[in-house]
Amino acid sequence: MSISRRQLLGLTAAAAAGAAIAPGLRLIELVQARSPEEAASRLHRWGLLIDVNRCADGCTACVDACFVENGVTGHGRPATDAQWIRKLTVNDQYTGFSQSFPMMCQHCAEPPCVDVCPTGASFKRADGIVLVDKHTCIGCRYCMMACPYKARSFIHEDVTGQKPHAPRGKGTVESCTLCVHKVDRGDGITACAEACQRAGHEAILFGDLNDPGSEIAKRLRSAPSRQIRADLGLNTGVRYQGI
Amino acid sequence: MMRFVVAVLTVVLTAAGLADAGEKRARRVAVPVVKIEKGEACVAPTEEMRRDHMKMLLHQRDQTVQRGVRESRFSLKGCVDCHASRDTGSVLGKDGFCSSCHTYAAVSMDCFSCHSSSPEKEAMPKAAAPGRGQQDTLKAGAR
Repeated sequence: MSISRRQLLGLTAAAAAGAAIAPGLRLIELVQARSPEEAASRLHRWGLLIDVNRCADGCTACVDACFVENGVTGHGRPATDAQWIRKLTVNDQYTGFSQSFPMMCQHCAEPPCVDVCPTGASFKRADGIVLVDKHTCIGCRYCMMACPYKARSFIHEDVTGQKPHAPRGKGTVESCTLCVHKVDRGDGITACAEACQRAGHEAILFGDLNDPGSEIAKRLRSAPSRQIRADLGLNTGVRYQGI
Repeated sequence: MMRFVVAVLTVVLTAAGLADAGEKRARRVAVPVVKIEKGEACVAPTEEMRRDHMKMLLHQRDQTVQRGVRESRFSLKGCVDCHASRDTGSVLGKDGFCSSCHTYAAVSMDCFSCHSSSPEKEAMPKAAAPGRGQQDTLKAGAR
């Protein structure tokens, strides 16, 4: 018995359709592990959920991990050194209650840094990650002024020893990339979230805000959370609980 | 007849003089050393790579940064992974794959003021593994 070309094609298509549709969860897994040739999709919106109650005072595991992962080095000058993520401590001046939590680029849906950029270097990727295209950044720093979160840094001096996946150079602005190289690789976690987990706090959760079945979407649905400076209506991708 | 002899002599002498000048020019600037450290073949034929590598990189750069397409065929990281020198671990330096040609052609490149000129640390042992080390010295004037 011989199979004609048309029959073979039909069989192959049927087999592929069966494999894709039968196990429902598999489909989602396949979508998350996107192939390197595939562009970022607006079906996803990557974000973080930070549980401030679990964030330990004085712990800087997330900051350290971020700097190691992305090769963010400074010159020992805190006023001008780049900081992609930093720990903030907020105090209630009446009660004396104090909390600390990490602050980084909030990956807004309506990013002011993108609005003000004169060259289009500051942009939002289809999957919601706000980035700087350093090839077109002229270092004007308008985005730094526009950002309500002070999330961006300007590189004042020559940089050496960059990581191959995180190019950094003098005269450009940079900020948290939501570990875009890890996202594209399909790791499904950022360096800060990983470090927080390792430190046993699990205060930072990374996930897809658009996927109703994801852990982050479930937790956002089930408990109150806040955007910092929600009054600006930026629809941030980084949300906080327990502030 | 006399006029013809003079004309022929002039042509011959001029040609010789030009050739000599070309030689001198070539000798004044060090001829690039193109040493292929790794891999059987590049992503495109050598002639195409020499002429168009910058176009490939420019195209890939926008695809990667803006759309998140990380296909490694034309990525700068891919270039560095294969072409970094086994001795210095870099594509820069005197005999560096990128810098030696760019110095010869007097074309400045600023890729590496931001991008790493060495492969990822984990990838280094692979790069240092014994492989084919081809020596391909560019002839002066060969394009």
